[in-house]
Amino acid sequence: MSAQDTLLYLDGVSVSFDGFRALNSLSLVIEPGEMRAIIGPNGAGKTTMMDVITGKTRPDTGTILFEGRTDLTSLREPAIANLGIGRKFQRPTVFEMHTVWDNLELSLKAPRRPLKTLTYSATKEDRARIEEILDITRLSPRRDRPAGSLSHGEKQWLEIGMLLAQDPKLLLVDEPVAGMTDAETEQTAHLLKDIAGKHSVIVVEHDMVFVRELGVKVTVLHEGSVLAEGSLDSVSANKQVIDVYLGR
Amino acid sequence: MLTRFFLMGLDKKAGVLLTVLAVLAVAVPVMALGTAPDSPWHLSTHTVALLGKYLCFALLALSLDLVWGFVGILSLGHAAFFTLGGYAMGMYLMRQIGSRGVYGNADLPDFMVFLNWTELPWYWHGFDQFWFAAIMVMVVPGLLAFAFGWFAFRSRVTGVYLSIITQALTFALMLAFFRNDMGFGGNNGLTDFKEILGFDIQAASTRVGLFVATVVALAIGYILASAVVASKLGKVLIAVRDAESRVRFLGYETDRYKLFAWTLSACMAGVAGALYVPQVGIINPSEFSPASSIEAVIWVAVGGRGTLAGPVLGAVLVNFGKSYFTAALPELWLFALGGLFVLVTLFLPKGILGLAAQLRERLPARATVTAKPADQKGV
Repeated sequence: MSAQDTLLYLDGVSVSFDGFRALNSLSLVIEPGEMRAIIGPNGAGKTTMMDVITGKTRPDTGTILFEGRTDLTSLREPAIANLGIGRKFQRPTVFEMHTVWDNLELSLKAPRRPLKTLTYSATKEDRARIEEILDITRLSPRRDRPAGSLSHGEKQWLEIGMLLAQDPKLLLVDEPVAGMTDAETEQTAHLLKDIAGKHSVIVVEHDMVFVRELGVKVTVLHEGSVLAEGSLDSVSANKQVIDVYLGR
Repeated sequence: MLTRFFLMGLDKKAGVLLTVLAVLAVAVPVMALGTAPDSPWHLSTHTVALLGKYLCFALLALSLDLVWGFVGILSLGHAAFFTLGGYAMGMYLMRQIGSRGVYGNADLPDFMVFLNWTELPWYWHGFDQFWFAAIMVMVVPGLLAFAFGWFAFRSRVTGVYLSIITQALTFALMLAFFRNDMGFGGNNGLTDFKEILGFDIQAASTRVGLFVATVVALAIGYILASAVVASKLGKVLIAVRDAESRVRFLGYETDRYKLFAWTLSACMAGVAGALYVPQVGIINPSEFSPASSIEAVIWVAVGGRGTLAGPVLGAVLVNFGKSYFTAALPELWLFALGGLFVLVTLFLPKGILGLAAQLRERLPARATVTAKPADQKGV
């Protein structure tokens, strides 16, 4: 397959921090509409991979193409976000002082320039879209609460809701179920599967039960590069994978 | 459309503040000009100027709150913008002296004659026109803030490092303005003003006029700041304060937002300085001293950071205290100020206005308890 048909194309991406190779010639391809789970032991480079895709970290070498044409390595975070790449952090990061509604309104796809936001007022469509997301994330009753007062699980959903509002082509989701109860984990899996139909999603996760629940193609990272790729069952059976990760 | 924009930020707090300002704008002129000098209701010219000075500081505090309270930029150099606005106004007032100076030189201010200068430096041109000076009052601090912010925010300098370089900025300006060859009167600054817009600057009626102008400026500044804070831009600013990198990943260029608030704030501080100078009659480089900027931070902290109305209140109260203490117990004032800052930081993290809000929450405790089950019904 050529790079043109891909949504995200990483080729030979390397990053070092003070001599430590966080990413070691990492190559990865995500197709439009695909959902991919990324697993790997601590320090395998999962979060660094998200950092280089979203512009937080500049790779030392390698190519990162979005939609087969836009080179992400020279862009800053806001520019990459506006291309259509959304990111959910490992620790839920919402605007605690703002209400749930305002969190979604800030995320909603709309002009991002200061003078546009100064004179912005929500249109009927904007409000309808926010209502819709409140329903999907089951946060309707909490709409006027400050986000800081939400439970851990609710904050995670709010952040996923914010990604939905942003309406990106690609969502990067870092450990969405860390610290969640089993029931919350199951609901989150449903939520992400709903999203996956319209967007491409990359999920980084430790929780194997959750990854099984998602039922998607899995990429195993180890020491900054891809160790194995395939269905969860096939990578689980891979001898190397068992050695470095699953066997522990 | 524009009216709605300006009205959207106004809440009950704003109503109270604007009413107080309106009352002041009527009562002070009446008491200063409409009563006999021996009446107990009479306000002396000195008192009017003092009140005017407090309100100038209130506007400075308001501008500082816009960046510290809402964007999280703790500026320890805001007096720099205030003083630059003051100098711009001072230059106009110097030019109005004309040939009435000690040396009687119609073209050059006294200090330039004293330094044997033969012609006006280029940057003094235009300041004989009020309209030009009035624009420069905002443009000069605004441009400096823009340039400073452009580099600082793009390089992602934040937190305590940013505070330190704002402090360095005002300190550098102080050293520069102390030099005679800068052309701003050096050590002595600009003083001996005679007239503003043709009115005698010492006259009671002029003082009252300046006071009313200050009230109006403060009211406009407050309405503008409230509107900005209540807009979606204001919500982005608060979001930048609380989680800047999250805002970037949402696609907002956070530097631009910070630059907008920072520059607007500097312009407001410049206006405050410009109104301050004719009322106190002098502007000199000591206004740039780091201590002035730190005092402004204390006013904001005392009144309540991030409340807009609080800093206005804090500036007036602390400066009233300063006037009182420096007259009654001059050696104790700095201890009182320092003690106040420690007490507020320890016990009133949200200032006087925050305390008021806390008390209001505590008193009708029963009402909030009954409100909760109703809330949960929707779950």
